[in-house]
Amino acid sequence: MMILSGDPPKSRVLTLVLVLIILALAATPFLFPGAKALNVAAKICVFAALVASYDLLLGYTGTVSFAHTMFYGIGSYAIAIALYGMGPNWAAVATGIVTGLPLAALLALAIGLFSLRVAAIFFAMITLAVASAFQVLASQLSWLTGGEDGRSFRLPELLRPGTVLIPKDMFGVEINGRILTYYLVFAGSALMILALLRVVNSPFGRVLQAIRENRFRAEALGFRTVFHLTYANCIAALVAASAGILNALWLRYAGPDTSLSFSIMLDILLMVVIGGMGTIYGAVIGATIFIVAQNYLQSLMGVASKAADEAGLPLLPGLLHPDRWLLWLGLLFIASVYFFPTGVVGRLRYGGGKKTAGPSH
Amino acid sequence: MTDLAANDPLPKPKRDLAPILLPIALALLMIPLIGSTSSWLTLTVASLAMGMMIFIMASGLTLVFGLMDVLNFGHGAFIAVGAYVATLVLAPFAASIQADSLWMNLAVLAPAALLSMAVSGALGLVVERVLILPVYGQHLKQILMTTGGLIVAEQTLYALWGPQIIPMPLPASLRGSFIIGDVAIAKYRVLAMLIGLAIFIAIQLVLNRSKLGLLIRAGVENREMVEALGYRIRRLFLGVFMTGSALAGLGGVMWALYREQVHASMSDDLTVLIFIVVIIGGLGSIGGCFIGAILVAMVANYGGFLVPKLALVSNILLMVAILMWRPRGLYAVTSR
Repeated sequence: MMILSGDPPKSRVLTLVLVLIILALAATPFLFPGAKALNVAAKICVFAALVASYDLLLGYTGTVSFAHTMFYGIGSYAIAIALYGMGPNWAAVATGIVTGLPLAALLALAIGLFSLRVAAIFFAMITLAVASAFQVLASQLSWLTGGEDGRSFRLPELLRPGTVLIPKDMFGVEINGRILTYYLVFAGSALMILALLRVVNSPFGRVLQAIRENRFRAEALGFRTVFHLTYANCIAALVAASAGILNALWLRYAGPDTSLSFSIMLDILLMVVIGGMGTIYGAVIGATIFIVAQNYLQSLMGVASKAADEAGLPLLPGLLHPDRWLLWLGLLFIASVYFFPTGVVGRLRYGGGKKTAGPSH
Repeated sequence: MTDLAANDPLPKPKRDLAPILLPIALALLMIPLIGSTSSWLTLTVASLAMGMMIFIMASGLTLVFGLMDVLNFGHGAFIAVGAYVATLVLAPFAASIQADSLWMNLAVLAPAALLSMAVSGALGLVVERVLILPVYGQHLKQILMTTGGLIVAEQTLYALWGPQIIPMPLPASLRGSFIIGDVAIAKYRVLAMLIGLAIFIAIQLVLNRSKLGLLIRAGVENREMVEALGYRIRRLFLGVFMTGSALAGLGGVMWALYREQVHASMSDDLTVLIFIVVIIGGLGSIGGCFIGAILVAMVANYGGFLVPKLALVSNILLMVAILMWRPRGLYAVTSR
């Protein structure tokens, strides 16, 4: 209970699903050998943390930010540029962390102070504009960021696939640097999600929910809402940048497509809404559903598209093409905003009848 | 307090001229910086043309927000749809597009633009009914719903037309430039400027000189009062939404011709630009939107000429500067 900050999943099915997901992620290197499964699992870990930090903004304060990938990208690029420029050693990792995190926090502070004073809708537009400018900047400053190609780098000795820590005859699977990196990502993400649970269940988190429900009233009660919102924005940016660091460490690469693009922002939005806004657990569920679907459903769509093509149906092959899977997720997204505003987690926690967003206290 | 006799006309609202002078001052300021008058003139015409196109796309968005407090994050989808629909007409008639006769070109272009407007207007009807109607008054859900709509629209375009970039050549008679002295002015830019100006004047006339416009302006100011007077503001809003979508479609065609290519991702890039314009202008203000569009285009063109590297972030800098001066945009219309 302590570790969950007194906010358990509160539903038997949900607990079961969460335990299953976490066990599966923890045991992936042993249960599902192969590079693809490990990649999917690492991506789920990173995105669960990233989406949870976005949930702090969207679900708990009710502000829509389109700049979340920017912070994610800052983390990724910081570590990538440091490791690329200083060579594969731990000093470079440390440099990346101590430059990336404060940079993200400062930028979040600036954006927050500048635009959180006004309505949420203004904030959404301004973050969209800032994020797109940042994206252009990152692709243009190619001497620093590698432009469209991004930066590939080598990890420190300990984390390389070639480093064998425990030979194969111990567990049946060779524990090498790659698997160690995976557990680094897993543990880092788990820590961030638990920390976010702590944040949202603290008095500070209660104030955020009060602002979400009625900003005017929260202000009347004497809370400085701009301060609280900016603070939440900074925390979310820090976690997003940390997730970016983990992602870059896992991929050994940082580039516009993997860490900055607008489509990642849309993915995060989809994950938060499908999983359930205002419940940190929703991030885990949403990220798992989305990424598993992204990696395995697409091949299924390819089969369906081919079948439709052979049957000579019009239009369907195009609509079912694997690249069009976002179309179906977009429809699912609209439907879930409309019919299940509380997402999978809200559904499991409160059943069908209740329509209010988030937990009521 | 001053006393007003019953028959006296109401005191005129004070005209706020500072924002209008801003683009003029900016343009004049650039003459010495750019140096040569001919390149200054070319750049100014380019930015006016670009500004008009952006204005056509953004006007619907700002009106919809002003009138109904709905921010449509999917507005960019109408732009892309408009451009794609135009290719349906322009591709089969490629021959008459390439014919060197203005009338023959226009005979194809005009129906293409009209069809685009009709389709995006109709799409606006569907979007308003399906996506926006269920979430009135809930900003968060509006943003999510319309963003979802943008994803679906973009992906559908990819599914129907394929992911490749579709070329959209300018009609033969609109290519090239008018040469006056040593100043070159692209023909298409003149056309874009004329259309943009005509639409701006039309919107202003409708808003300020007709009963419909009176109701729209009253609705922007106070929705409930208009409803209390017995007008069905929901229907009014639907009309504005469809008009705004149709204008976005027209803007899409014009932009595609300007860039001579069509791609579904154009909706993403333009959405950002349009948002900046709408914020700069003040949400809900047509005049502000017009000036904002021209300012954004000017900064892009002059900035691109003087300091190419700065052009990347110039829009953001402009927005920050304007919001420092007037935190609610050039003209703050709504009290929201």
